[in-house]
Amino acid sequence: MIRVDNLTKAFGEKLAVNAISFSVERGEVLGFLGPNGAGKSTSMRMITGFIPPTAGSITVGGFDMVQNPIPAKRLIGYLPENAPAYTDMTVSGFLGFSAELRGLAGDAKKRAVHRAIEMCFLEGVIHQSIDTLSKGFRHRTCFAQSIIHDPDVLILDEPTDGLDPNQKHEVRTLIKRMGEKKAIIFSTHILEEVEAACSRAIIIDRGQIVANGTPQQLKHRSDISGAVILRVGGISGADLKQKLSQLPTVRKTVVVDEDKFRVQARVFPQTSAVDGELARSVGELAIREKFQIEELHTEEGRLDEVFRSITLPETVKEATK
Amino acid sequence: MNSVSHIKTIAKRELSGYFASPVAYVFIVIFLLLTGFFTFMAGGFFERGEASLVSFFLWHPWLYLFLVPAVGMRLWSEERRLGTMELLLTMPIAAWEAIVGKFLASWLFLALALVLTFPILITVNYLGHPDNGVIFAGYIGSLLLAGSYLAISCMTSALTRNQVVSFILSVVTCLFLILAGWPPVTRLLDQFSDSFPRLIEAIAAFSVMTHFEGFQRGVIDSRDLVFFLAVIFFSLFTTSVIIRSHRAG
Ligand SMILES: Nc1ncnc2c1ncn2[C@@H]1O[C@H](COP(=O)(O)OP(=O)(O)O)[C@@H](O)[C@H]1O
Ligand SMILES: [Mg+2]
Repeated sequence: MIRVDNLTKAFGEKLAVNAISFSVERGEVLGFLGPNGAGKSTSMRMITGFIPPTAGSITVGGFDMVQNPIPAKRLIGYLPENAPAYTDMTVSGFLGFSAELRGLAGDAKKRAVHRAIEMCFLEGVIHQSIDTLSKGFRHRTCFAQSIIHDPDVLILDEPTDGLDPNQKHEVRTLIKRMGEKKAIIFSTHILEEVEAACSRAIIIDRGQIVANGTPQQLKHRSDISGAVILRVGGISGADLKQKLSQLPTVRKTVVVDEDKFRVQARVFPQTSAVDGELARSVGELAIREKFQIEELHTEEGRLDEVFRSITLPETVKEATK
Repeated sequence: MNSVSHIKTIAKRELSGYFASPVAYVFIVIFLLLTGFFTFMAGGFFERGEASLVSFFLWHPWLYLFLVPAVGMRLWSEERRLGTMELLLTMPIAAWEAIVGKFLASWLFLALALVLTFPILITVNYLGHPDNGVIFAGYIGSLLLAGSYLAISCMTSALTRNQVVSFILSVVTCLFLILAGWPPVTRLLDQFSDSFPRLIEAIAAFSVMTHFEGFQRGVIDSRDLVFFLAVIFFSLFTTSVIIRSHRAG
């Protein structure tokens, strides 16, 4: 549905987006991750046709966004960053206006507005002026605008920004559900969101794509991915380390936490495969040695750690070690 | 046909935006009070001893100088400030449709204010036998004059997200269009450059005063019509260029 090829945007000398390429098909939810200023919003503005690219191409549903913007825009619903809306309008007036610009009229328009209001839980504020709405409601009003014409493609720039935890959950569920039939791109810097709603994620840093894969694949890039966490009682950290080092599957052991009753250690595997081999051998050792096991599990890896290791500049990484 | 409905939708929203706040009503009241003041007090409506609206139309270029930019200053600067420009320009419509729609809405609003001056028309018809054809031409000229100022305000409002800056830029530009053909200025220029009468004529040809004058006398000259329409077209076209270059970064 969406195909982006070598997309580049320069503001003066500065490359805000540098030759990114990817595509999103129907049924996919693509998470757009990256630190502030990475170029997420700029990319989305180009994909939605708000700003022209410096180089590269964008096609939406087969239509080129630069050559043939109107039919391409027709397919897209867009929630810009900070959820702008006409503050002097009421919620229903604003949604009606958006529906009309999308070519809906009469009954079709009424149904569309009604549907969007229902999906975004706006029933209580239909006739309220937008400048009197709380941030969460205003955000949902702009979100409702983006889905008013039931578009095939949804571009959402930080759709959960400014929402409370319950609303965040609602919006994520909504995105995931709509993602079954649409092609969706949404940006965020909340990493749980990626696991909760995305089928694929792209990490972008200083204008370039630095990682691209399913949340699972990204997590496996983590240093701790595949390590085993072991918490046992009745043994000292040094003893535990010594015992574990005898296993051929173990590369090294790091004591994470220790007090007089128990010790918690992270055991790193020799190989990078995440297959339970390490956990099995550690478990067998623990039974042989009669450790008092409190916890034993394999770590999947953490997105935030991957994110940090990929997007932090080298100098900062050194400093935080 | 599609463009028409897009323009209508945008104009409708813009116009309802005016009336959503008390500002519109305050504006109309101020406009009517000022036209009344200028016509009867400063313009010497009664002293003229003639049944005409000369004293009414005479002041319009000056009156509009501040009132029209006040109406037009928010057109695009507000869209930029709120960020709604990003919504509007990612809709499946052409940018020029949005520009024309917003312009027409404000022009219609100014036309409404102008229509509400009808008591003056009734008064002058009650007091004497004016030439209503001349008055009609005056109204047409006045509307075109307002449209020209408005298109200029539209252009300056696309330059900035700050309404005050937009207002000042627009007043300055309109003032230039007045002064280029305002008799005291042209007389002054005359003294300095006897040798270039053509030049002064050329400068005056860019003035709204020169072109509004005919309408006040009841003459609808196609050259004057073309002038005002050209100012409107040029300003709106420039607006679209400004918006496009702003988006390009
Ligand atoms: N209109 C603009 N003019 C100049 N620089 C800009 C403009 N818009 C964005 N930038 C710059 O481009 C970079 C990327 O910004 P943005 O896409 O908003 O990042 P993100 O959304 O990932 O936080 C930033 O460094 C920002 O300062
Ligand atoms: Mg952003």
